[in-house]
Amino acid sequence: MIASKLKEAILSLRPGRVTLKYPFAPHDPEGDFRGYPEIDTDKCIGCGGCAAVCPARLIMIQDIDQNTRRIVRLLERCIFCGRCADVCPEDAITMTKRFELSTDSGREDMESECQVFMATCQRCGRCYEPPSALDKIMKPGLRNDEVKRGGQDSPYKHISSE
Amino acid sequence: MFKELCAKAFPKSLWVYHCNVGACNGCDIEVIDVLTPYYDAERFGIKLVASPRHADVLLVCGPVTRQVVPALKRLYDAVPHPKLVLAIGSCAVGGGIWFDSYNVVGGADTILPVDYYIPGCPPRPEAILHGVAVALGLAEKDIESVHLKQLPDRPESVPVEVE
Ligand code: SF4
Ligand code: SF4
Ligand code: SF4
Repeated sequence: MIASKLKEAILSLRPGRVTLKYPFAPHDPEGDFRGYPEIDTDKCIGCGGCAAVCPARLIMIQDIDQNTRRIVRLLERCIFCGRCADVCPEDAITMTKRFELSTDSGREDMESECQVFMATCQRCGRCYEPPSALDKIMKPGLRNDEVKRGGQDSPYKHISSE
Repeated sequence: MFKELCAKAFPKSLWVYHCNVGACNGCDIEVIDVLTPYYDAERFGIKLVASPRHADVLLVCGPVTRQVVPALKRLYDAVPHPKLVLAIGSCAVGGGIWFDSYNVVGGADTILPVDYYIPGCPPRPEAILHGVAVALGLAEKDIESVHLKQLPDRPESVPVEVE
């Protein structure tokens, strides 16, 4: 009995120290880990593709006036599947490796909102996005960074003051 | 103030009671992972106990299903004061992908007051450790809500005022 306990103790000395230092030293995830999906508001065109594929249905699209579309993401429910990043035509969403998402002040901390500058339809007065992929290719300028570059064929160059 | 109270009330060690209120077992496996020698949450005095009456902390995993609501309420009442509730996993935080299922009432905070939220599906063991570290005051939270707006005449998106 005592001999077997001693043997156990000696055996457990062999591997040495295995414990991670984690909360006191950083430990980056390796491989294809998918963490917090970050959205680059400058690149988003407000197409709503991410909202259509999100399995947690946490991306909400709301037109708050004639040329502002709100994209609200309640990321506390996110399952980090990466479908939104896959489908985004402008690569506005990237799956980062951030995993330290715990919070003590309420789940609103995971909320992310972006308000996208859209075109206004001249007929119905609502926010507008090019109806087909082909139209989109032919009409650059919906994107904010196109506008600020003052793209030659941007339909908004008259708006851009700089 | 709450932090000070916590520091006073839990100086030595936290005994946790782990309850699965409808989880797919992903989160439960990660919780067990955290207790293995590799991640070793027992460094912080954390110990899994078998009865809620011995516990200081309730670990809630999974979306709260309709069936489990009365049991969860009784469980919460059985934990002696002062008590903390940790919601582990996107399901417990807000309902996850099941938030609008016919048999799910939502995240743990629809039933109990939740003190710490650890999102992830399932959260990495490190993420759970980070949550524990936040609860013990060893680390700061690292997440903030984002509110940005594009303007036609600005080079970059600007923050939106939120009330
Ligand atoms: S990662 Fe998946 S669940 Fe999270 S926002 Fe993107 S599509 Fe939705
Ligand atoms: S993030 Fe991408 S997919 Fe989602 S609305 Fe913006 S451009 Fe479309
Ligand atoms: S958060 Fe994900 S892993 Fe955890 S219980 Fe829910 S579905 Fe399962």
